[in-house]
Amino acid sequence: MANIQLNDLRKSYAGQEVIHGITMNISNGEFVVIVGPSGCGKSTLLRMVAGLEGISAGTISIGDRVVNDLEPRERDIAMVFQNYALYPHMSVRENMAYGLKIARMPAAEIDARVAKAAAILELEPYLDRKPRALSGGQRQRVAMGRALVREPAAFLLDEPLSNLDAKLRVQMRLQIKDLHQTTGQTMLYVTHDQVEAMTLADRLIVMNKGVADQIATPHEVYMTPASEFVAGFIGSPAMNIFTVQAEAGVAVLPGGQRLPLSGLPASGEVRLGLRPEDMEIVDAGTPSIPVVLRSVEWLGADAFGYGVIEGSDVLMTLRLPGSTVAARGDRLHVAPAEGRMHLFSKETGKRL
Amino acid sequence: MRRTVFPHKLLPWLLLAPQLAITLIFFYWPAAQAFRQSVLREDPFGLSSKFVGLANFRKVLNDPAYLNAMQVTVVFSVLVAFFAMGIALFLAVQVEKIIRGKGLYRTLMIWPYAVAPAIAGMLWLFMFNPSFGTLAWPLRQLGIAWNPLLNGDQAMALVVAAATWKQISYNFLFFVAGLQAIPKSLLEAAAIDGATKRHAFWTIVFPLLTPTTFFLLVVNTVYALFDTFGIIHAVTSGGPGKSTETLVYKVYNDGFVNLIMGDSAAQSVILMVIVIALTAFQFRFIEKRVHYG
Ligand SMILES: Nc1ncnc2c1ncn2[C@@H]1O[C@H](COP(=O)(O)OP(=O)(O)OP(=O)(O)O)[C@@H](O)[C@H]1O
Ligand SMILES: [Mg+2]
Repeated sequence: MANIQLNDLRKSYAGQEVIHGITMNISNGEFVVIVGPSGCGKSTLLRMVAGLEGISAGTISIGDRVVNDLEPRERDIAMVFQNYALYPHMSVRENMAYGLKIARMPAAEIDARVAKAAAILELEPYLDRKPRALSGGQRQRVAMGRALVREPAAFLLDEPLSNLDAKLRVQMRLQIKDLHQTTGQTMLYVTHDQVEAMTLADRLIVMNKGVADQIATPHEVYMTPASEFVAGFIGSPAMNIFTVQAEAGVAVLPGGQRLPLSGLPASGEVRLGLRPEDMEIVDAGTPSIPVVLRSVEWLGADAFGYGVIEGSDVLMTLRLPGSTVAARGDRLHVAPAEGRMHLFSKETGKRL
Repeated sequence: MRRTVFPHKLLPWLLLAPQLAITLIFFYWPAAQAFRQSVLREDPFGLSSKFVGLANFRKVLNDPAYLNAMQVTVVFSVLVAFFAMGIALFLAVQVEKIIRGKGLYRTLMIWPYAVAPAIAGMLWLFMFNPSFGTLAWPLRQLGIAWNPLLNGDQAMALVVAAATWKQISYNFLFFVAGLQAIPKSLLEAAAIDGATKRHAFWTIVFPLLTPTTFFLLVVNTVYALFDTFGIIHAVTSGGPGKSTETLVYKVYNDGFVNLIMGDSAAQSVILMVIVIALTAFQFRFIEKRVHYG
């Protein structure tokens, strides 16, 4: 077990930088999830920690050692691959024992560890099967088992659940969470699924084009996103974000309406972000955002209203109480809930 | 498995006809001829022949020259198959490691395959001819009494080298394809599991290559037994003495040079039996150790 320190970590492919300096300290036993859209550099970052990709600049330390120049096998880490990468010619037992045999562990100890991992992952009936004779979920558990038996300093997982169906994914997610709680191991987990990210993480790294836009707890990322990208990426349905003109404490909306808001700059354009659930229906007379509904999805407890700000084509998603009676074509007046709006710089995208 | 049902009885036969015709004319017909000849004895002028039963076989199997040919064939085939596959695998693994110019290396590696056996033989003959060979002189400078025209072991080394060189391309091609079919993530997983490159090769790559290796073993055995006639003919003509006379070469020698058709036919039949037995053995016993994905 160990902490992992990333210090201004950079990666370039043929002169093209794809990771632009990431600094982070992952403490011992922490569950950190790297999340971001496809191609943002999540796998690259993880593979650099694993030692499968070279490091262009910066340092990685695991425990007290700088591991930049160490081979993967010298780093004391285990990794679970997206396609599991099980050795197809070996039984489940041999797959799990492979690393231990290389470490010249006594046979009795190997058996004990494999048995223990198999018990935790409910793999006992399959120990003598080849991977080809297993279902996707079982293969996934073997991949977890192979990492688990090594009892490494840190666990690296690259989208380990993305090949499973929705139901199994939820199950395995809970199992991974459990596993983390029982073993207390440091885990670095890559996903592009924000539900996985939010539910598993002690802390999130939200990546955007090779930059860590925000490194914080899921709560903090949701409540105070550090950038417009983070705000739009985390949360479903996504946050409504649109440009308003600030004029002495009043925001001029895309449809020309004037809405007094606190915290606005003195003048200029800013991006205003409002989560669908952070808006309340108010009377037509009060300062508000008029939304013309285009469709309403009623789900029972809630209803989602999709529409545009009146007089513009800026789309708005509203999460309304299930009791709301509204239909296509209706005009609703909504106002941001107290303290629940987000302002971002139009130029940099950073939170104001 | 799904069965395809043809509407007509005739159509499947029509579709098979060309292949059947070729097999009949070029395999079953000559094979039948060989069988017939093997139990006959012709007079030296080929004017008459009489039935002699298994006498030809008895004669051939008691002939020390035949047993010598058998020994030569075993040594030759084992060496050719081993080196052709070993060197090809080594080269294929090395080429995998190259980052730039991989395609160029691969193309160059494949060229020898396009060279006709007799020409390949001549090439090696010219390089290693004791009197005018380009490489014979440096060999002698190294203190080796190089003369494959007199020394049987050196002649064997030369034909093995030529036959191996010619077959490496073919094996190389299959090994490259086999290596590419192994997912990189398996090697990454092994690296993380603590395996050195060498250990990962022997525990992951090599076992996963076994289907390719087995296929090549069968092909190379047949190659060494039959397709090397041209090379041997060009380089040593079976000599010096009979030190490079393989079974196939002896069939040719006895039948077409010495014109003893009965003996030659009996040898062909024995050869056929050996190849069938060998291939059956390979499939029966060695294939058990092959891992198919
Ligand atoms: N070998 C390579 N050569 C050049 N560019 C590469 C290489 N590997 C990755 N990249 C680039 O680096 C960037 C990050 O890739 P990476 O695989 O880390 O993305 P990711 O966040 O894991 O995406 P995904 O969610 O699709 O797996 C991408 O833009 C990709 O094109
Ligand atoms: Mg990835």
